[in-house]
Amino acid sequence: MDLSTLTYIVVGITFLLYIGIAIWARAGSTGEFYVAGKGVNPIANGMATAADWMSAASFISMAGLIAFNGYGASVFLMGWTGGYVLLAMLLAPYLRKFGKFTVPEFIGDRFYSKTARLVAVICLILASVTYVIGQMKGIGVAFSRFLETSYEMGLVIGMGIVFIYAVLGGMKGITYTQIAQYCVLIFAYTIPAVFISMNLTGDWLPQLGLIGMMADGSGMTMMEKLDTVVQDLGFNQYSTQVMGSKLNMFVYTLSLMIGTAGLPHVIIRFFTVPKVKDARSSAGWALLFIAILYTTAPAVASMARLNLMETIQIGPVGEQTGNLEYAQAPTWFKNWEKTGLLKYEDKNGDGRIQYYNDKNPDMVAKAEAFGWKGNEMVKVDRDIMVLANPEISGLPNWVIAIVVAGGLAAALSTAAGLLLAIASAVSHDVIKGMINPNISEKNELMASRLSMVGAIALAGYLGFNPPGFAAGTVAIAFGLAASSIFPVLMMGIFAKRINSQGAIAGMIAGISITLLYVFQHKGIFFIPGTTFLGDMGPNWFFGISPNAFGAIGALVNFAVAIWVSKITPETPQHIQQLVEDIRVPKGAGTSTGH
Amino acid sequence: MNADITGYWQANIRLVSILLVIWFVVSYGFGIILADPLNAIKIGGVGLGFWFAQQGSIYTFVVLVFFYAWRMNSLDREFNVQED
Repeated sequence: MDLSTLTYIVVGITFLLYIGIAIWARAGSTGEFYVAGKGVNPIANGMATAADWMSAASFISMAGLIAFNGYGASVFLMGWTGGYVLLAMLLAPYLRKFGKFTVPEFIGDRFYSKTARLVAVICLILASVTYVIGQMKGIGVAFSRFLETSYEMGLVIGMGIVFIYAVLGGMKGITYTQIAQYCVLIFAYTIPAVFISMNLTGDWLPQLGLIGMMADGSGMTMMEKLDTVVQDLGFNQYSTQVMGSKLNMFVYTLSLMIGTAGLPHVIIRFFTVPKVKDARSSAGWALLFIAILYTTAPAVASMARLNLMETIQIGPVGEQTGNLEYAQAPTWFKNWEKTGLLKYEDKNGDGRIQYYNDKNPDMVAKAEAFGWKGNEMVKVDRDIMVLANPEISGLPNWVIAIVVAGGLAAALSTAAGLLLAIASAVSHDVIKGMINPNISEKNELMASRLSMVGAIALAGYLGFNPPGFAAGTVAIAFGLAASSIFPVLMMGIFAKRINSQGAIAGMIAGISITLLYVFQHKGIFFIPGTTFLGDMGPNWFFGISPNAFGAIGALVNFAVAIWVSKITPETPQHIQQLVEDIRVPKGAGTSTGH
Repeated sequence: MNADITGYWQANIRLVSILLVIWFVVSYGFGIILADPLNAIKIGGVGLGFWFAQQGSIYTFVVLVFFYAWRMNSLDREFNVQED
């Protein structure tokens, strides 16, 4: 059976599974629609959280980022896992104890202010919408690459699937589909990883392969070999290259951690478990399920990079026969050239492939002596590191089909979680909380379904017309969540004296300074030509890249909130009581909001 | 706030502070600030700093969160503030 038919069958089966779950897990009340009736087992919630969290970027792009940035890309590995420590210890159990439906609802009640709630809704929508654009693009791209449909057709199919289970089942439907999606994506990620590790190092566990010896009898460790191979061709040493500077790495990691803990679509998952102690353990399970992929990714990254280098540089650097003849290139190489993810240009006309770093002056001097006329791999898309892995390891077609299904599962599960966060903020916080507080349960459920339809339509529109800045937006979504939502939630629980004025001023100051920093380096609303400082390293504040600025925004948020709270009236007594009540698990019950 | 609940909250803050110090040391400390000197020590085929940045910190995070959940549940019972 050819690959395309097989892929249709595997993807089709997973989609039928998701639809079947949607029909089985319909939501009958607002409680079920917003928080799955607060009856989700903590291990099941951990699995759903992991799928909710791991997006198309984690599944498809992260290993590639690591492969080409080496040690420097550790910021993503630590940043996107360490946030769960903050979430588990500083937010999740207390927000579960509070026992309401949405993040802005907590902010509105704790800071006794509809303005605070509205500001929180705006921050939530800004962060979630920027995030969802990337997911919609991921779905369209996966379809067009593997199923040979158009990008638009793929987007419509993806929207249709999310529509069925998110509108019908709300959080309940999303939870159970996410569990299925986790199983699909983790299977799809680890199978090729095990094979690539066995091939290269003989260790079946990729985490051991990463620190293991080469199986080729060279007596070198895998990492020594990789470091040697990349340095011989003028690239940075894999195991030590930094991203920007150590300071930038520090701040970037902190931004991603705080942002992770402040992303509403992740936080609301912890509203779905029955008890406070379930919220605590559920965070552990979520992190464990995430760690399975996140500790495998560095192994996949380094081994795929080594494979790629060795496929092209087959012998000693500088000898003519050291470079692969283009005519001898393996089938996967030619296949991926067709998609445009790999691009070869025979600059010196010798029919062989030279892949080296032609930005490195020392290497350029050597290359000239060899008769090389520039790097001939003019494009090596980082996504190739995961997508081509099964073919590079010589795995059968069904494994490739499962990797496609896994990528789609990762994108769909994250998109659905984000859409629910947006829809519940609109129907519960804006419609019920501000416009029509007396809305009946039945009408609110209808409103929440309609908000979901609206959110899917908006996401679809942005997928069809991706704004010019869409490429780099996921990192910015973290900056926005880090600088606005996390600090007020944490202070709401741990600092009784923070009052409504402090919280509002803090959120606005935090998100504004982050946006300002991003705009001044990337253009106002990302319009090219409106940068007033230029997107260049030397103009960055202490060399901190715009994507890493969320942590600074969060510090500003904390400082402003504390200062404003000091010069304005004390928090009312009943709110202080509320905070004390949130701090102890006793009396949480399974009751829903109101 | 009665004495018992104050004690519970202080115990909680103490626990979280200790765990967050460990969280900071394994990631920012070993993984970033001290990565270069630590790389002189090898764990299998990679430097210890590199290993903490790409593996060790993540394993530690998982252990920290489960330890926190277990310790908090026993604190709940000790101070009699557990859920019914």
